[in-house]
Amino acid sequence: MGILDKEFSDSNIIITNFDNLMNWARLSSLWQLGFGLACCAIEMMATSASHYDFDRFGVIPRNTPRQADIIIISGTVTLKMALRIKRLYEQIADPKYIISMGSCSNCGGPYWEHGYHVLKGVDRVIPVDVYVPGCPPRPEALLEGLLKLQEKIRNESSVKKTA
Amino acid sequence: MKSSKEIFEILKDEFGDKILELKEDIPVDPYIIVTPDSTEKIARFLHDSSDLQFDSLMVLSGVDDNNPVKTKNEDGTESLSGGTLSVYYHLYSIPLNHKIVIRAVTEKENPMVQSVESVWKTADWHEREAFDMVGIRFENHPDLTRILLPYDWDESSFPLRKDYKNPEFYQGMKIPY
Repeated sequence: MGILDKEFSDSNIIITNFDNLMNWARLSSLWQLGFGLACCAIEMMATSASHYDFDRFGVIPRNTPRQADIIIISGTVTLKMALRIKRLYEQIADPKYIISMGSCSNCGGPYWEHGYHVLKGVDRVIPVDVYVPGCPPRPEALLEGLLKLQEKIRNESSVKKTA
Repeated sequence: MKSSKEIFEILKDEFGDKILELKEDIPVDPYIIVTPDSTEKIARFLHDSSDLQFDSLMVLSGVDDNNPVKTKNEDGTESLSGGTLSVYYHLYSIPLNHKIVIRAVTEKENPMVQSVESVWKTADWHEREAFDMVGIRFENHPDLTRILLPYDWDESSFPLRKDYKNPEFYQGMKIPY
């Protein structure tokens, strides 16, 4: 349901409910934490650049977790980095969302067996909303992941627990 | 420009029994095996000698030679002990355009090799990495701490050793898949 469904044609008034308005606001301005880890980060940057234009979905990179709404875990999460990621996640104000991008952050990827230094999936330290498969995922796949997240936010409720 | 044979002879004349062997009939670059307790002096000579002038340390690598001694236990199982670790120095002389590889072999039980950081500054981080990954201790190194792994990583755990076993947890995070 779009927010403009109940627009009056002859004036500047829109009628909607609180949840719809809040969800619409949240999903339309998902500011991401400017944060990249490995080759997936290159794809993420390509997605941000003019050809794929992440900005048209309201995704703007922010340089501090305190101004961010989502964090895209784009790359191999080493054990050393996992502690930092957890800390960054905790510094983001609620509501906050996580996209896990690529095989490495989904499950360890090619490091699943012999990666002595790799965390086998970022969901071992922080809760993930959307997993984007690929090694690395194409920008289209990341965009799809973002659309899935927007769908998830669109169905959130302020009184009912959803996820 | 000197051949590896000539370099070996020069070193042999200068250091005698500290220089052990020249390996030539191998599919890789020929290398000279030296004792680990005198690498600093040898490195200084390789660097300063007007015949050699090795002014560039291209790379320094730590290697687990994977040669433990197998002993049969009474109950039929095998246990591994001993073996060696090596440090390889790939050297290049820009003015004379010649190369050589030096290898220092040390015991796995107590791996000690003299640091060459005072000769080539490049060796500083390379030696820290060799210490980090295979646990070779470099004597007289100014700051022999872990370089890639976290500082609180288990002190006696070196991931690129052949007998390395993954720990179950690090800081409460499960490591195995």
